[in-house]
Amino acid sequence: MKKKRGADIVVDVLIHEGVDTVFGLPGGAIMEVYDALFDAPFRNILTRHEQAACHMADGYARATGKVGVVIATSGPGATNLVTGLATAYMDSIPLVAITGQVPRHYIGTDAFQEADVIGITRPITKHNFLVTDIKDLPLILRQAFYIARTGRPGPVLVDIPKDITQQVAEYYIPSDEEVKESLPGYNPHVEGNPVQIKKAAELIRKATRPVLYVGGGAILSGAAEEVTKLARLTKIPVTTTNMGKGAFPETDPLSLHMLGMHGTYYANMAVYHSDLLIAVGSRFDDRVTGKISEFAPEAKIIHIDIDPASISKTITVDVPIVGDVKNVLQKLIKELEEKPVEWVAARENWLKQIQEWKEKHPLSYRKSDKIIKPQYVIEEIYNITNGDAIISAGVGQHQMWAAMFYKYSYPRQFLNSGGLGTMGFGFPASVGAKIGRPEKTVFAIEGDGSFIMNIQDLATAVQYRVPVKIAIINNGFLGMVRQWQQFFYDSRYASVCLSVQPDFVKLAESFGAVGLRATKPSEVREVLAKAMEINDRPVLIDFVVDREENVLPMVPAGKSYRDMILTPKQKGEAETMYLVG
Amino acid sequence: MSEIKVLKERPQPEKKIGRHVITVKVQHNFGVLARITGLFAGRGYNIESLTVGRTHEPNIARITIVVEGDERVIEQIIKQLRKLIETLRVRNITDIPHIERELALIKIHTENDRTRDEIMRLVNIFRAKVVDVSTDTYTVEITGDEDKIEAFISLIKPFGIKEMARTGTLAMVRESATTKVIMGERFD
Ligand SMILES: Cc1ncc(C[n+]2csc(CCOP(=O)(O)OP(=O)(O)O)c2C)c(N)n1
Repeated sequence: MKKKRGADIVVDVLIHEGVDTVFGLPGGAIMEVYDALFDAPFRNILTRHEQAACHMADGYARATGKVGVVIATSGPGATNLVTGLATAYMDSIPLVAITGQVPRHYIGTDAFQEADVIGITRPITKHNFLVTDIKDLPLILRQAFYIARTGRPGPVLVDIPKDITQQVAEYYIPSDEEVKESLPGYNPHVEGNPVQIKKAAELIRKATRPVLYVGGGAILSGAAEEVTKLARLTKIPVTTTNMGKGAFPETDPLSLHMLGMHGTYYANMAVYHSDLLIAVGSRFDDRVTGKISEFAPEAKIIHIDIDPASISKTITVDVPIVGDVKNVLQKLIKELEEKPVEWVAARENWLKQIQEWKEKHPLSYRKSDKIIKPQYVIEEIYNITNGDAIISAGVGQHQMWAAMFYKYSYPRQFLNSGGLGTMGFGFPASVGAKIGRPEKTVFAIEGDGSFIMNIQDLATAVQYRVPVKIAIINNGFLGMVRQWQQFFYDSRYASVCLSVQPDFVKLAESFGAVGLRATKPSEVREVLAKAMEINDRPVLIDFVVDREENVLPMVPAGKSYRDMILTPKQKGEAETMYLVG
Repeated sequence: MSEIKVLKERPQPEKKIGRHVITVKVQHNFGVLARITGLFAGRGYNIESLTVGRTHEPNIARITIVVEGDERVIEQIIKQLRKLIETLRVRNITDIPHIERELALIKIHTENDRTRDEIMRLVNIFRAKVVDVSTDTYTVEITGDEDKIEAFISLIKPFGIKEMARTGTLAMVRESATTKVIMGERFD
């Protein structure tokens, strides 16, 4: 058996797991590991903040489908990971976080830079480990990767006391079988129940107004192809959550685009009037359902999900199928192909109705040639990138416009914090994505409020020459909160005005990136074209946009689709919002 | 084509609140109990009682959880418990014939000889045991299911309870019996 330092064992396991990039920031308790990383045959990205490191690893994982790895020191290093881990946990993103801990004999003494990281991260990780014996180190690390990427994926944290990273011990890397056997209670359910699959097929054959409602689980299990095949085979229209974007091409006539709070009129109406809802890797989030009692009131529901706890959590379903989405869909498609129906005829009326909704109530906004409309910026980004870029967003109005006005056609193309809604996610995630997918154009579409939350990591993007493009939708407001205040708090704009801001162009330049600005609609294309030419460093574009533009449609929180706010209410105009019933 | 009218509301399941007994087998690892209690605390579930102890198998512990809630909450609790990596088995044994036991230590005020006699009489009837005596107290040990302990406490209360400690319920499925009531169980 080989004999090595704990820190070198860590690196050995990372190599064994096929890791090609780690993100992080060193400190006392993790210095041994960093010393070992110095010679490691993979990229080691030094970030400026551990939260950004975590989001980068997350963006890398979302864009590539691999496990992201983040490294931090004990105490403040580890606590800085919290928001990043919670973000990944809510969206089921596979991450392994390695944190240093104070030496074992100091644990529990309030030692310098000590924090109960296991306790702090317990509710925001899929699992976490404190290594108490170097003998367990290789197995625990391998378990961490295995747990992170299998079943319903998620972040796993491994906390390693400093003395263990220094200790020298004999070791070997446990085999896959050993890893599985060492976790007797962990058996993700992959195969769907055949009886339930048959039942689902029967419902699909009988349905006259079916809708596919696709979430992030479809992307995570790599089932985009199956989703597309199922929809086209059975002529069922498809709506996705923002996490499910790209599981079905939004350019397809069957696409209803996004549903829910900021979903399209036609997606929400289709779900509302459906008689069969096929939920695929989606979890009936309240941003999707609104008022539960009025969510798809007439529909029978089929729910396919790898996580049994997701099923019937908020909505009772008729046909639950626990299993890997890809696996289940393959069987379901086979079942449907064996006993087909005249699909086109069966769906004719339904698709006609949907087409009518689409024509009457398309996604739209009031165009202007004087002031830049945020939606216009997104449309132009779509045009200049031929719809092929990876888009990463912050949280707020810009995120919703990025979801609405860019049409996504492949999985892992739209990265955003769907579950936790983390401002500060978009830009660092874009850096991770670009590092993982260098061949793609990667755009971070950011709000001025969101971007500033992890602005420091421009330095990282410059240092490693990561040529991401950052489009700031600069409205000088915490826009989404302002919108809520306008609609629901009598336009009392409490603490939403970002009245002091950096000059984003100069800021970019001071970091060594390129800074551009557009203040008039006529400049939008021009700056985008310039940005597309820069390929050796990040480029930031400050789009100074209409300050009080709103994201519409909108279903107010906790309300039903029938309460959808539709007509844009422009600043200073008397035009009232109206409700559709 | 005219729009389809949807009039119905999605039917909501009725909420039947009940007492449930859940047993959990876990790997007896560092921090596993915190994981379980954290799961309850973080989701706002109310635990009536929770007991943990090792089993005959090394590194396996058994937990009995008594919890009040409607079917949906109980189902979520069980699913969430199953999701924990260290969980080996979760069962809701409420409707399966099973044995429930709890241990209580009760320090009772003894006013005079007459109350001492009264208390001893009750102790004997309930097959409890006096485990400590002082000039003005008896400390009684009693085991049984929740009902038995509750019954004993209500009878002893008038004498004055100075201190009390209960373990919470332990439960185990019966292997052979097909009926719930076994001779002598209630006061055994
Ligand atoms: C870390 C964090 N803090 C607060 C919020 C609440 N929040 C949601 S949207 C929003 C405003 C976002 O402003 P900005 O990034 O400028 O985007 P805009 O809505 O203007 O496009 C805020 C404060 C959040 N989602 N995340």
